[in-house]
Amino acid sequence: MPTEYRTITEIAGPLIFVEKTAWVGYGELVEVGLPDGSRKRGQVLDSSKDIVVVQVFEGTAGIDRQSTVKFLGETIKLNVSRDMLGRILSGAGEPIDGGPPIVPEKRVEIIGAAINPYSREHPAEFIQTGISTIDGLNTLVRGQKLPLFSGAGLPHNEVALQIARQAKVLGSQEPFGVVFAAMGITHEEARVFMDDFERTGALRRAVLFLNLADDPAVERLITPRMALTAAEYLAYEIGMHILVIMTDMTNYAEALRQIGAAREEVPGRRGYPGYTYTDLASMYERAGRIHGRKGSITQIPIMAIPDDDWTHPIADLTGYITEGQIAVARDLHRKAIYPPIDPLPSLSRLMDAGIGKDRTREDHKQVADQLYAAYAEGKDVRGLVAIVGKEALSDRDRKMLEFADRFEQEFIRQGSEEDRTIEQTLEIGWKLLATLDEAWLTKVDRKTLEKYHPAHRSGMSGMAPKVPA
Amino acid sequence: MAMRQRDKGATGKETGEIFRVAGPVVTATGLRPRMYDVQFVGEEQLLGEVIQIVGEKTIIQVYEDTSGVKPGEAVLDTGAPLVVELGPGLLGSIYDGVQRPLPVLQKAMGDFILRGLKSPGLTRDKTWKFAPKVKQGQSVVPGDVVGTVQEAKNVEHRIMVPPNFRGGKVVQLKEGSFKVDEVVVQLDNGEQVKMHQTWPVRKARPVKERLMPTIPLVTGQRVLDFLFPIAKGGTAAIPGGFGTGKTVTEQQLSKWCDAQVVIYIGCGERGNEMTEVLSTFPKLIDPYTGAPLMERMSLIANTSNMPVAAREASVYTGMTLAEYYRDMGYNVALMADSTSRWAEAMREISSRLEEMPGEEGFPAYLSARLSEFYERAGRAKTLSGLEGSVSVVGAVSPSGGDFSEPVTQGTLRIVKVFWALDTALRARRHFPAINWLQSYSLYTQILEDWFRKNVNEEWPRLRSWTQRTLQEEAELEEIVRLVGADALPPDQQLTLEVARMIREIFLQQNAYHAVDTFCPPERQFKIISAIKKYSDLGQKAVKLDVPTKDVASLKSRELLTRVKYETEFDKELAKTLAQMDEEFKKLGAA
Repeated sequence: MPTEYRTITEIAGPLIFVEKTAWVGYGELVEVGLPDGSRKRGQVLDSSKDIVVVQVFEGTAGIDRQSTVKFLGETIKLNVSRDMLGRILSGAGEPIDGGPPIVPEKRVEIIGAAINPYSREHPAEFIQTGISTIDGLNTLVRGQKLPLFSGAGLPHNEVALQIARQAKVLGSQEPFGVVFAAMGITHEEARVFMDDFERTGALRRAVLFLNLADDPAVERLITPRMALTAAEYLAYEIGMHILVIMTDMTNYAEALRQIGAAREEVPGRRGYPGYTYTDLASMYERAGRIHGRKGSITQIPIMAIPDDDWTHPIADLTGYITEGQIAVARDLHRKAIYPPIDPLPSLSRLMDAGIGKDRTREDHKQVADQLYAAYAEGKDVRGLVAIVGKEALSDRDRKMLEFADRFEQEFIRQGSEEDRTIEQTLEIGWKLLATLDEAWLTKVDRKTLEKYHPAHRSGMSGMAPKVPA
Repeated sequence: MAMRQRDKGATGKETGEIFRVAGPVVTATGLRPRMYDVQFVGEEQLLGEVIQIVGEKTIIQVYEDTSGVKPGEAVLDTGAPLVVELGPGLLGSIYDGVQRPLPVLQKAMGDFILRGLKSPGLTRDKTWKFAPKVKQGQSVVPGDVVGTVQEAKNVEHRIMVPPNFRGGKVVQLKEGSFKVDEVVVQLDNGEQVKMHQTWPVRKARPVKERLMPTIPLVTGQRVLDFLFPIAKGGTAAIPGGFGTGKTVTEQQLSKWCDAQVVIYIGCGERGNEMTEVLSTFPKLIDPYTGAPLMERMSLIANTSNMPVAAREASVYTGMTLAEYYRDMGYNVALMADSTSRWAEAMREISSRLEEMPGEEGFPAYLSARLSEFYERAGRAKTLSGLEGSVSVVGAVSPSGGDFSEPVTQGTLRIVKVFWALDTALRARRHFPAINWLQSYSLYTQILEDWFRKNVNEEWPRLRSWTQRTLQEEAELEEIVRLVGADALPPDQQLTLEVARMIREIFLQQNAYHAVDTFCPPERQFKIISAIKKYSDLGQKAVKLDVPTKDVASLKSRELLTRVKYETEFDKELAKTLAQMDEEFKKLGAA
């Protein structure tokens, strides 16, 4: 039975300072007993012979200097079990769905160990999300971490749900599950997720960890780690393919900043602690595949970036760790295009490994590159038109402008229940490319052009549009 | 190692006690260590290094996770700094930041990295065939090659007298197969040359003389070799926001640069990227030697979720390996991806030490550390009189893509080549997204001779023509943005077209295309010459009042865009040039 101390000397924000303790391990779990009989949990942030600094997860409200402090001799662990599927848990891992407690098959530390890079398998299995801008231009693969970069008021949750509903690996019958971690989102938003999971029956193969807007902010630091620990168990020990959705990472980072400020640490950019990169990486890097193990962890973190500013540390640091990003764009949303995913700032770094012959289709890479280039040029022309007017445009400019408009309406836009196959996506791409002069398609080689270009396929090569002299 | 051993009295090593644990920073009492000496911390003997001494308190950065470590646990002072093992077996290996082989860790701990495991950098099981290169009675000095081992198909590993020896006469000499810790040469002063040596990572290995970098490190990347070349022994920085292609560029260089040995440091980056290197490189063939590319490489992988202090050490570990192969007389290329993560590790440790921060929370000594590191690059005459070089290419990940931040600026003050990656080019899928107006190379002049002699006399002239055209384009674009392209005179309209050709045909290079991924200098020159020819003929045609549109839409131009992808490049190029002549003849301009 661990000793209870009544030696709190200072309480500041989420931190309490305790002195004259026995020697306590760094990172140890702490239980604080309040005068009203309730208990709170915390973790050792700094341990010395003089003083121990404890971060209290549920906030320090109600704690006084007479409160008791008990060091539990172990770091934070989560009870994991196959029976977690279908359950709704609090941000600290306790069931809140009225169901029975989870009987642990195992207790696992939530600070996951790093995967040995030598044990990793390079992610290469194409996940078809049914969304053209993702499948066609920013392909997601199993074991990837691909965040949604969004902003306040944009439909990132709808996009995430559509991915969760439609994601599949072609020709694979392996068990698939979703782990959902909510950090500081509203009850309403959480409701949308839960309802959708229930409506589609996805809840049976999902675990939900909910830390909502009115839950303690400090708890947000452990919620995603709880979720990832559950995901690792389901993926690497049970052999399931797990999609982890974490929302909203902005709230997580704010909680991190709050702790840093309370500890009077030297702040880095915009007040976030200097170790924010390392801290985020310790979660994002838990995505992956491991040689010889069946399951995988694919992560879709979601962040509403303050003021849509991608240089904001949360977006910036995330972009440096994750394997690309999906940009949910305000200008497309204003044009009422759903899903408002802008392919230009979006990127999937693992795309090349997941596409091509035997995976999607041999022309995929070239079509994607060409669509990008043409859309980028078209958008540039749009900027030009605003200044010089349509009259001054060259023929190429006019065609590109038209292309960009049609690309948004036909390729980007699709229904929230519309599940396009990769072939359908590529065909739409070719249809749009066929509106351009063949000589402009510099990203496509001759062979591919002759095989897939609609004009060549129908044997009407003479009908290909020509530049008027 | 003799020079680092210190007399600690009868006890040999000292033991102290942990006073405080705060993340990777541990404070101990009861020790009298020197700065940067290695300590074993706590019951699990975690590896650490002294980074500050304040009175009785010794502050240690620990290379492993410190969860559960308590005040009161023991700390053991080893009395020696952090060293790496240098010998046969480095090539083809993958290490963490403190030279623990990752396959060994996997065997001992499984797929996840746990802590408290020590492992030598070089395996003790394997024997290597040693062929002596000295004779009994011969005098040797530090740095001299005493024998060789065939480490890889095309890399002869030279066993050398360590630089910190005194040297002397060879009194005993062995021949045959040996393990790395066996002695092969005995000197008359009692010094024993083993199959391997050790060296402290934070100390530069000595050379006899620094030489000027006059030979290019050929990379097979058109925009780099032709416009912004790096010399063997030179330094380059690749800053760029996320997704602009730092890692792809580093990997392209590791694949295709003409160094004999490549050291690749994955410093605080993604695990999947290291996996990509591990899974793709063994299948690729070195275009210069025909051997698998992995055989000339050593990888240091300290990913972003591995302990932050080991990340700080990883760049030094990599550099020491590079210097060791340089000392054998090789040209070594060191890729550091990313130096910003290293700087952040410094910041994190500095902040835990509660040091007064400099700009953006980075320690005030940031730029001093950067300079020290890059100064270990260079072309040199080794102690034994051979010529070798270490070229360093450091990726920089500026926060917010803002080049004015301290790591980028600190790096630019010291490196000679600046390859600026550009988010706007990336968005346009122009790869490599190296901005041709912002980037520079201070080696251009000094390397001109080499390119003139080894590729073509016209190289420098064509190079400045190319830069001029691109510069002109940038200026004309300003006008076009105001009044539209039609308002320009025909010759300037054509300049815009030619600039577009330079960008699309020459500067863009597809790293994932089997042929285009590597473009030797001869071929680079041929492509740019063909564009120049098109431009010259085009300007002639325009003067004869041929509309620019007609000049720009010739069939030969389309052919030229595809010629770089052709396996039979020369044949296709000849066809294209012939077509060009014919078409321009029709326009009356040939």
